[in-house]
Amino acid sequence: MAKKSKPEIKQVSYAKWGYIFIAPFFIAFLIFQLIPLAQTIYYSFFEYYRSGLTIIGPNPVGFDNYKALFDSDFLKYAGNTIILWLAGFIPQIVISLILAAWFTDVRLKIRGKQFFKVVIYMPNLIMASAFAMLFFALFSENGPVNASLVSMGILDKPFRFLASVSGTRGLVALMNFLMWFGNTTILLMAAVMGINPALFEAAELDGCSPRQTFFRITLPMIRPILVYVLITSMIGGLQMFDVPQILTNGKGSPDRTVTTLIMFLNNHLYSKNYGMAGAISVILFIICAILCLLVYFNLNPTEDDKKIRKRDRFKPRKEALNG
Amino acid sequence: MKKTWKALMSFALIAAMVFGLSACGSKGGDEGTADAGEAGKVLNIWCWNDEFQTRFNDYYPEVAEVAEDGSTTTLKDGTVVNWIIEPNEGNNYQTKLDEALLSQESADTDSKVDMFLVEADYARKYTNSDATMNVADLPGVLDATADQYDYTKEVVSDADGNVKGVSWQACPGLIAYRRSIAKEVLGTDDPEAVQEALADWDKFAETAQKMSDAGYKMLSGYDDTFRPFYNNDAAPFVEDGKTLNIDKNIMDWVAMTKDYTDKGWNNKTSLWSAEWAADQGKDAKVFCIPACTWEIDFTLTGNADPDGTQDPAQSAWGDYAVCVGPVSWCWGGTWITAATGTDNADLIADIMIKMTTDADILNKIATEKGDFVNSKSVIADLAANYEGNSFLGGQNHYALLSDSAAGLSLKIASAYDQGVIEKMQNAMKDYFDGNVDLDGAKANFETSIKEIYPEIETVNWPE
Repeated sequence: MAKKSKPEIKQVSYAKWGYIFIAPFFIAFLIFQLIPLAQTIYYSFFEYYRSGLTIIGPNPVGFDNYKALFDSDFLKYAGNTIILWLAGFIPQIVISLILAAWFTDVRLKIRGKQFFKVVIYMPNLIMASAFAMLFFALFSENGPVNASLVSMGILDKPFRFLASVSGTRGLVALMNFLMWFGNTTILLMAAVMGINPALFEAAELDGCSPRQTFFRITLPMIRPILVYVLITSMIGGLQMFDVPQILTNGKGSPDRTVTTLIMFLNNHLYSKNYGMAGAISVILFIICAILCLLVYFNLNPTEDDKKIRKRDRFKPRKEALNG
Repeated sequence: MKKTWKALMSFALIAAMVFGLSACGSKGGDEGTADAGEAGKVLNIWCWNDEFQTRFNDYYPEVAEVAEDGSTTTLKDGTVVNWIIEPNEGNNYQTKLDEALLSQESADTDSKVDMFLVEADYARKYTNSDATMNVADLPGVLDATADQYDYTKEVVSDADGNVKGVSWQACPGLIAYRRSIAKEVLGTDDPEAVQEALADWDKFAETAQKMSDAGYKMLSGYDDTFRPFYNNDAAPFVEDGKTLNIDKNIMDWVAMTKDYTDKGWNNKTSLWSAEWAADQGKDAKVFCIPACTWEIDFTLTGNADPDGTQDPAQSAWGDYAVCVGPVSWCWGGTWITAATGTDNADLIADIMIKMTTDADILNKIATEKGDFVNSKSVIADLAANYEGNSFLGGQNHYALLSDSAAGLSLKIASAYDQGVIEKMQNAMKDYFDGNVDLDGAKANFETSIKEIYPEIETVNWPE
């Protein structure tokens, strides 16, 4: 008798507590994410903004908001975003790869690795807006950077960084680089340390140069993490906002060349134009969703992919044997 | 090692939680005591800087105590004045205020907006709406304002002629210049002689050339001369709520500023930037700044004398003087309005009367803060008897400006002006800097104006 009743109670209570424990997440997700998400999509098909103290709309307008979006400078801002992201990401990935390779190289025996790891991660701990304010002050016309460049004789007169397109873009890229290269380095180090040391030993015995080791062993082996870094950084880049917003005081100047997609979204949201802002958000959502799917399929290879990868992995060995 | 670390972490977490709870508790306690008093013992005042706040704290006779952080002022009858200060730039103040006003009806009495300040660039947005109370409905205020300058009532009147706000200041524009530079280049720092040299825009340019030859800049930046031009526009920017008409005056400002920039007559700064502020200091090589009476106390004094020494040897204190300049103009002003739905109407009426019409208080504001106060009789008295402003080297600027103040007008003010002006200055900066051509700057202006005002359909540029 007792045996019969016990499992019944267990089953019921497990299920109940299970649901209770996961409920907070689902409730929070529903209220703070799913409903706003659905609303955003819904309102993107409406004319809905505030004119003074009067609320206009919501009037259904079909795809007019999307049309207006592509008629306006949407693509220019998308271009700005990509340029700003690439200008920060390319040096970031190069430096991070080099640092990760050095820090994990057993033969280099770098001292104070832990110290350097902390130091390069440090900029990431500063709030982006504070960092941008700092750069704004440092690189202003009367700022210390200009003062020292002039006193060292490199410049005749102060360079107006924030009045020049390349100057402003360069500063945004520099900040993003400084903030994120430490993070990327640590991710890549973890990836490199995950490679079987036997591979490096074998390479060494076969007389590989450090460069060959890096390009033929390290790089191919950390490819999944590299792709992960690339895609997460791309999503982060698409959502770039605080650094350019604070640096240019929300203006995206000069000539709107530092206006990113999210700053564009913010401009519309600031005037409570929910229709246009919704349309921008939906397009960004679609782009981000595609990128997320790419990550997902990259990290969870299907059976076919696995087979192909295995085959690929055996190839170099065969070649080595032939050679 | 690990164990101590863990213990430390958990202590930190517990401390954070307890601290958070106690913080909540004390907050709740505060609200409790506030609620315990009579209803309507909280006066919420919205503003975008501390200009009115300092005047209120310094001169309103009922003030008993000012909180250490300045966020509240307690009156003698126990009423707590809450200062809600939101930065102005980029329509931020308007947006936040709109949010609060839209939920005014559902807000409880102590969190309602009771009083808010507006400036000319968007005063009409609120005075043409139901959000502001008719001053005639506030006991005694309208009668007390008979002595005020007409234009200060005109801007805050709705379509039916009801006055919706009052101001303690009139704001005739002027040109503030450095006496030392004037002496060196023009041979004199006498305001009348300098006025001769700046009598119209042609003479202004001639003087600019002289300044340039002597190694000085005429102006600090691009936006300094905007207001003198804009204030003399023929019509408001937006009249029908759909079309934005750019006046020829604005394009004259663009052409002049571009010319000055190319000739190196200005320092390429933007309004309110740190460089702009530095250009008003002792070591700056900038001759003049078109400014407004409120800027003397609110902007110039602080920038010319950042350490507050009031010492001519260490700062530009006393090295400034003012003259009327090429055109007569004004730059806004700040108006006090009572929010519809307030439960403190009597108190607001008293504040309005004391702060904007009381001759003694206005006299103090004028002599201690340099404001051009909004009372014809007080100004007439000051014009005759004031011994001079020490920041202006002993000049009596009231005597100089009392004539022009009578003729001021802000007929061209529209509800859209703040956005239009900021976006115009911002778009044209790229043109002055040489990053875009004029058409590009115009296109950028149109893009950004439609972002903040989606209802604007067309932008007409002058031929």
